[in-house]
Amino acid sequence: MIHTRGLTRVFSLKKKQTVEAVRGIDLDVEPGQLVAFLGPNGAGKSTTLRMLTTLLPPTSGTATVAGRDVARDPAGVRARIGYVGQRNSAGENFRVGDELVTQGRCYGLTSAEARRRAGEMLELLDLGPLAARKPGTLSGGQRRRLDIALGLVHRPGLLFLDEPSTGLDPKSRAEIWSHILRLRETYGTTLFLTTHYLEEADSMAERVIIIDDGRIIAVGTAEQLKNDLAGDRVTLTTHTAQDAGRAAALLGGAAEGVTVRLRAASATAALPEHLRTLEAAGVKVATAETVRPTLDDVFLTLTGRSLSDDDLPA
Amino acid sequence: MTTFLRDTVTVFRREFTPAWREPVGLMFEMGQPLLFLFLFGALLDGAVGASWQWFVPGILVMMCLTGPMAAGYYVLMELVGGSMERMMVTPLNRTAMLVGRTMKEMAVLFAQAVLIIVLALPLGFELHWTGVVAGLALLIVFGVGLGALSFVLAVKSAPDGTLFYTVTQVLLFPMLLLSGVLLPLDSGPDWLRVAGGLNPITYIVDAERALFSGQVLGLPVLYGAATAVAVAALGLFLGNRTLRRGV
Repeated sequence: MIHTRGLTRVFSLKKKQTVEAVRGIDLDVEPGQLVAFLGPNGAGKSTTLRMLTTLLPPTSGTATVAGRDVARDPAGVRARIGYVGQRNSAGENFRVGDELVTQGRCYGLTSAEARRRAGEMLELLDLGPLAARKPGTLSGGQRRRLDIALGLVHRPGLLFLDEPSTGLDPKSRAEIWSHILRLRETYGTTLFLTTHYLEEADSMAERVIIIDDGRIIAVGTAEQLKNDLAGDRVTLTTHTAQDAGRAAALLGGAAEGVTVRLRAASATAALPEHLRTLEAAGVKVATAETVRPTLDDVFLTLTGRSLSDDDLPA
Repeated sequence: MTTFLRDTVTVFRREFTPAWREPVGLMFEMGQPLLFLFLFGALLDGAVGASWQWFVPGILVMMCLTGPMAAGYYVLMELVGGSMERMMVTPLNRTAMLVGRTMKEMAVLFAQAVLIIVLALPLGFELHWTGVVAGLALLIVFGVGLGALSFVLAVKSAPDGTLFYTVTQVLLFPMLLLSGVLLPLDSGPDWLRVAGGLNPITYIVDAERALFSGQVLGLPVLYGAATAVAVAALGLFLGNRTLRRGV
């Protein structure tokens, strides 16, 4: 559904300076997948998305989206994809229903068909009673549902969503997600989304692509990435700092006071082994805890930085 | 070509629907030029001996300048809001995006023109059909160019819009005055007439005045038409280029 080779975008600033926002990205997304595109602010997420949706011409490299080349046939790409941007898709001066009808017409539907689809979308996203209202009178969650409705009017096979749940309260976020997932079940839409909610990428996406500084640094299922790149965290406490030191030396961890921290590919398998080793050495363990890694741990392992520190909404 | 027309209609309908649903705003838009026509026109009538034939086309050119500029303002709002981006991802014809918006302004202009002419008739305005129709056609060509230029300006000024407001406020008003829309330049000093000669709007105004007086063939109309076509070509070229480069 999406194939890019060496996709690059350079922005020129004043005084002949240039910034390479995206540096030679190779991406492959198969039909029907739900892919989360993850990375800190300024990593090149939005620039990549803007190139894939024909909003921005690439400086070099190629991208085929829904079977069409973004540079050679942008109109062909546009006809086959849907896009839900970070900001509000509906114009402030227009009624919700009118904007949906306009959107259908933008995709070349006849007036009657555009009206029918608009009604369908209002129904699908629980916006029915709001058709005659203007976007300014809607709640944040309702506006976001309207954005998604506008992205779906022409039933695209591939939908791009840029931070679909940012700035929403937990209830609205859950609602948006239930709509997104239902949509996938109904239409089999391929979904490519950026998010900075790590737990969303973790629980919803079948594939996670991590981008940093314009380069893709990891691709895989959340489970694979966590197992391969981060490993589980094991935390033990002892009664004395001396015991903690010995435990850290024996197991290859790091001691801090009476706490010992270490990593293991599979904590559930490693922990009994560790406890036997420590007992044989005469080290008394007070508590033992294991934690599954998060995608943030993956990012930390890869870059030495934490994603959650700087990835606040722009 | 057919998709271009279809898409122009799509954009036009989108822009026109809110005015259709709430015509109060449209009535206010009509009100301003009428005030000019009656208060200012009555004053001029005695002062410089200018006729309604001279004044009505001036008012129309003035409205033709303000309409497309207003369109740029809405473009700026939509750029900041995100709805422009949404439309850019659709296969909508790019030129249609520019033309459809201006067509809405031109539809308003057309209604205003009819209203003004009807009201000016009892005051002594002579109606030259061919001239008036040709004059309105000329204004539409000019307006499409202005609308596209205003669009480019809005894109360049996003997101804060300072550039847009600066240009429209600082540049537009002197250009308007220097074109002789409201006061004749003939009686002014030389430097003023030279400045007026450098102003493209002057040629549009002169052409409109000739046309509204029934002089369809002549140099003023030729110059005016050339100016309008040049502005339209420049506007559409820059507008399309801006859209292609991404907003």
